[in-house]
Amino acid sequence: MTLLQVEDIHTYYGRIHALKGVSLAVEQGEIVTLIGGNGAGKTTTLNTICGITPAAKGRILLNGEDITHLPAHQIVARGVVQSPEGRKIFTRLTVRENLEMGAFTQKNPAQIAQDMEFIFSRLPRLKERHNQLGGTLSGGEQQMLAIGRALMARPRILLLDEPSMGLAPVLVEEIFELIRRINEQGTTILLVEQNARMALEIAHHGYVLQSGLVALSDKASVLIHDEAVRKVYLGEA
Amino acid sequence: MVSDTPTLVSSPSRWTGFLDRNLRNPLRLVGIILMAYLAYIAIANIASGQFTLERFVRLFIFGLAQGSIYALIALGYTLVYGILSMINFAHSEVFMAGAYIGFFAINAMDQSGFLDDQTFLALLITVLVGMSASVTIAVLLERIAYRPLRGAPRLVPLITAIGASITLQQLFLRLFGSGTRVYPDVNFFVLPGIFNNLECIEVNGAQVCRGLDLIGGRYEVEFLGLSLQIRPIYFLVFFLAVIFMAALWFFVKRTKTGKAMRAVAEDKKTAALMGIDVDRVIVTTFVLGAVLAGAGGVFFALYNTQVQPFMGFFPGIKAFTAAVVGGIGNIPGAMFGGMFLGMVESIAPSLLGIPNQLRDVIVFGMLILVLIFRPTGIFGEVLSEKKA
Repeated sequence: MTLLQVEDIHTYYGRIHALKGVSLAVEQGEIVTLIGGNGAGKTTTLNTICGITPAAKGRILLNGEDITHLPAHQIVARGVVQSPEGRKIFTRLTVRENLEMGAFTQKNPAQIAQDMEFIFSRLPRLKERHNQLGGTLSGGEQQMLAIGRALMARPRILLLDEPSMGLAPVLVEEIFELIRRINEQGTTILLVEQNARMALEIAHHGYVLQSGLVALSDKASVLIHDEAVRKVYLGEA
Repeated sequence: MVSDTPTLVSSPSRWTGFLDRNLRNPLRLVGIILMAYLAYIAIANIASGQFTLERFVRLFIFGLAQGSIYALIALGYTLVYGILSMINFAHSEVFMAGAYIGFFAINAMDQSGFLDDQTFLALLITVLVGMSASVTIAVLLERIAYRPLRGAPRLVPLITAIGASITLQQLFLRLFGSGTRVYPDVNFFVLPGIFNNLECIEVNGAQVCRGLDLIGGRYEVEFLGLSLQIRPIYFLVFFLAVIFMAALWFFVKRTKTGKAMRAVAEDKKTAALMGIDVDRVIVTTFVLGAVLAGAGGVFFALYNTQVQPFMGFFPGIKAFTAAVVGGIGNIPGAMFGGMFLGMVESIAPSLLGIPNQLRDVIVFGMLILVLIFRPTGIFGEVLSEKKA
């Protein structure tokens, strides 16, 4: 079943034509990755799906419902949740308050408390620091918090924008392991990554973006062996 | 000869570091000299007996009330600045509207006799009417004047705010005239059991004491050898302001909407990604500021009694100064700045032997002094990261 269907979206920043007709589909339960160079339109695609930079043309369907022109907060309420590039932790809110903000759309306090306990059990370092300000966490901890915060919204589809950015290799491994586990528990994931190899290794399906267009799309296991992809994005001769 | 090893300079102690920082900066040097000179005058005035303790206590109590009003208004400036990085110059008219529309309520209730019969209820209604007027104006301001300019360069909403301020003054002027209206005398008697020798009248030949007049009362009190003139309303205003501020603090720190406000203040885009309706949070911020300003307006009018369409200007500009002194965008800063400014304005002219008409000079001089030493205000944080 297709959970998220993006059909030919065009997005502009002023007069800059950032997305020139991107189409993609994310099946329920999959990890789909979006790879591509700087300025290819990966982040813009996520922000267009989330209603931050609305599409000028095209349609975005969630489970068949058209969400293209909904305001951002209503899209989140429908279960499309993004953990943004650069983590964007609320530095002057505590770890706990950051998680509470993630659960902003959730109405049931008992369930919120339960979700928070679950996240603390999975990410014990956040529990240790639950009363610390978000800005005092290390980069890796902030990334954990950003993902935890997004999970608090009980996403049907989780959009992750560059979760490995700026992290030490050992932490990158840890983050990818976390993403895999989240997916195994049934959350569909749309992953944007610079680290194309690791992204393709955990993904089911992949899209390669180039200058605002989908250049290639296939099973991740096929893309990882594709010659052009290997050359350009995996840095192999 | 140049030696290979760098000369070791003994690291300066904190004290020499302090001297170094302040004396090398000509502005700070002037500031320090000025403060020393003012301190000298103050001490001389105290020593010569010109500035008595009785005077100090009287001015201090007035400063409590005036400072409370400034703090209540300053919070409105600081809340909106915190969330939109914009100075809402029309906030002084939000304050004025509370006091002015509150007048119609209290005046009508005075005419009908309700104010005398049910004083507490009448005062409560006046405050609620004043707050509603302020909230209405603030919400309209946000909707009509500021929201369409959300993405505009920062100067644009600033100019708009000044325009909105003038528009509102003129609107009230055309609607209600330029005349000064005077709040009725309010006598609100409390605790006759404890204050059993106050406000006594003869009823059918018997002496009845009605207790302390919280609003209209003026009392001569002998206390610790000092003979003091006391108006209970100054304490009342301070007390109510503290309650309002505590409620605001609780709201911002503990409630879901309060936390969302802080999230929006820090990063609107990410807040939207949490499912927060950013526009709604911004309206809530304006409403909170207006509730405080409207209540402040009625409190102010209860002891100052006079209202007119331009009455918001000076309290507004001083409250804005207070917010800057405290560190704009910072809630405790606005509370502290307001109280501080009210105190300075009340006490300093007398303490320094300066004519009271020059108190505004002292207030704004104070602002400059504070900014020389703490450019981001007393509670202000250094903005290491440019706010988006």
